[in-house]
Amino acid sequence: MLSRSEYIKLDQKLSPKSKEIQTLIFAFLVGGLICCIGQAIADLVKMGMPNAEEKVIAQIDSVAMIFLGSFLTGLGLYDNIGKYAGAGSIIPITGFANSVVSPAMEYRSEGVVFGVMCKMFVIAGPIIVSGVTASIGIGLIYWFVGLFQ
Amino acid sequence: MLVTYLKVFTVGGLVCLIGQLLINLTKMTSAKILVTFLLVGVLLEAVGVFDAIKDFAKAGITIPITGFGSTLAKGAIEEVKTAGLLGALTGGMKAAAAGLSSAIFFGFLFSLICKSRTKV
Amino acid sequence: MTGGSQTIYFRNKPRVMSGYSIVGPKEAEGPLDPYFHKRLRKDDFGQKSFEKAECKLHMSAISGAIIAAGLTPADVDLNIGGDLLNQIITSSFSARELDIPFIGMYSACSTFGQSLIVGAALIDGGYIRRAACSTSSHFSTAERQYRFPLELGTQMTPTSQWTVTGAGCTLLGEKGNIFIESATVGKVVDFGITDANNMGAAMAPAAAKTVVTHLKDTGRDPTYYDYIVTGDLGIYGSRLFLELLESDGIKAASIHKDCGQMIFDKKQRCPQGGSGAGCSSVVFNSYFLHHLLAGAIKRMLLVPTGALLSKLSSLQGESIPGIANAVVFERED
Repeated sequence: MLSRSEYIKLDQKLSPKSKEIQTLIFAFLVGGLICCIGQAIADLVKMGMPNAEEKVIAQIDSVAMIFLGSFLTGLGLYDNIGKYAGAGSIIPITGFANSVVSPAMEYRSEGVVFGVMCKMFVIAGPIIVSGVTASIGIGLIYWFVGLFQ
Repeated sequence: MLVTYLKVFTVGGLVCLIGQLLINLTKMTSAKILVTFLLVGVLLEAVGVFDAIKDFAKAGITIPITGFGSTLAKGAIEEVKTAGLLGALTGGMKAAAAGLSSAIFFGFLFSLICKSRTKV
Repeated sequence: MTGGSQTIYFRNKPRVMSGYSIVGPKEAEGPLDPYFHKRLRKDDFGQKSFEKAECKLHMSAISGAIIAAGLTPADVDLNIGGDLLNQIITSSFSARELDIPFIGMYSACSTFGQSLIVGAALIDGGYIRRAACSTSSHFSTAERQYRFPLELGTQMTPTSQWTVTGAGCTLLGEKGNIFIESATVGKVVDFGITDANNMGAAMAPAAAKTVVTHLKDTGRDPTYYDYIVTGDLGIYGSRLFLELLESDGIKAASIHKDCGQMIFDKKQRCPQGGSGAGCSSVVFNSYFLHHLLAGAIKRMLLVPTGALLSKLSSLQGESIPGIANAVVFERED
């Protein structure tokens, strides 16, 4: 029989590859579309509040996109989009919403406190922890550099 | 305006396409890929390049998770200017508050009213 | 099973009194639909959670097999069951509903083989008269435990398999044309595959080693059997399995079938086919039992295959060990 190393090599050689071109096209199209929706929302907000700060518009835009992702997840549609779109639905901020809402819904059967509240960030945790930690790091660097100016 | 949307679509699509390439060609999980893109956003903001990209691509770069990264970094940088060392800790969270709060709130809300459906 | 042999011969022929299979809607849309005994319209089976649904499925399979044999639970000495969930709650909680002594089993998707071997051995040794050997699995319960929340927008990788929603039960006893002639207990085999989405590759070495050992112990040629049926290696895992056998000079491609490959159609969007503890029991108790009873199959080697990992072991960087247990079914004329 083949040895372990021979077998690993065989697996690497024969392992089926994904339908690359198709996945790339869908990721591009869906990702682009979701970003356009985000742009449209930002433009609509600007029309309704012409004197608003850019920062405020951006915040409203992200809340709206998070709501959209959460809503589609709640309806059970986001995973159907993700089946085809792959990164096109994972990378936008709607994907972040999906990664919070889906475990929240899933673990409801374990109770609101120990299910939903405890396990809500089981997928999105790394994003929050690494994001906040990185921002603190950047902040510290800027503060340190600022001491010499 | 059409040009703006074309730019948004192209850049947004490209960012996601790179993500898809990572999924297809590497054994990276979605979580690792998302963290990578997030940190890229943080870094681009830290070196001051993100704003230039944002002027060109607008939602094409802010809607992907890179936008979240840049928000966090920008928040920390600005808060340090006004609040000193403490700003490093508070700035990021403050800026990302809208996104985080809404994610928590909607997560909780939808968990109460919607049920996980079976996959087909 | 002495002198290095891993094979047990059941001289007293524990017989298959009945078999029962109950499946979810997706399986019912597959090519084996005509052979299943019961099909669900919705995979929650009217229950509040998918875990409760799987429990009901499992219980239905056991009672279905008992009723099909014209018996009552009081006539069955042992309930030997297993599933994929932590602490095998599905089997334990369904056993709660049945007034039969219970032995819980676990070897992942190879559990059905294990249950059959233990049931056959106890009957052959004269310790019990009848045993119900069952396994179950459910897509949604397995997905939550081993992979991701159902509503998460992930994409299946090319080597992914779809956990079968279904339960199967074989009632072993003293009556019937079909009997268990022998069985080979597998050893745990780990060839270093680490990708939890590539289970077929992880399990193929264990399946190959068990089959090679079985043929060596019995002195048989693969063509002794009408079919050598693996549990859930999938399309890709089956290919590796056959390559491993070939490297030992065993050619089994023409008589090999895989339950995971058989249960779903290519159109049903599962790259590699089905998997799960319920996969082999559901396919055996439907398609293969039907063909054995009809005389179309005289001798077959059923080799359910299991991947013995947990979410924790993967996160701790461990590779995936596999196991395969082989059971010989023969038809007496």
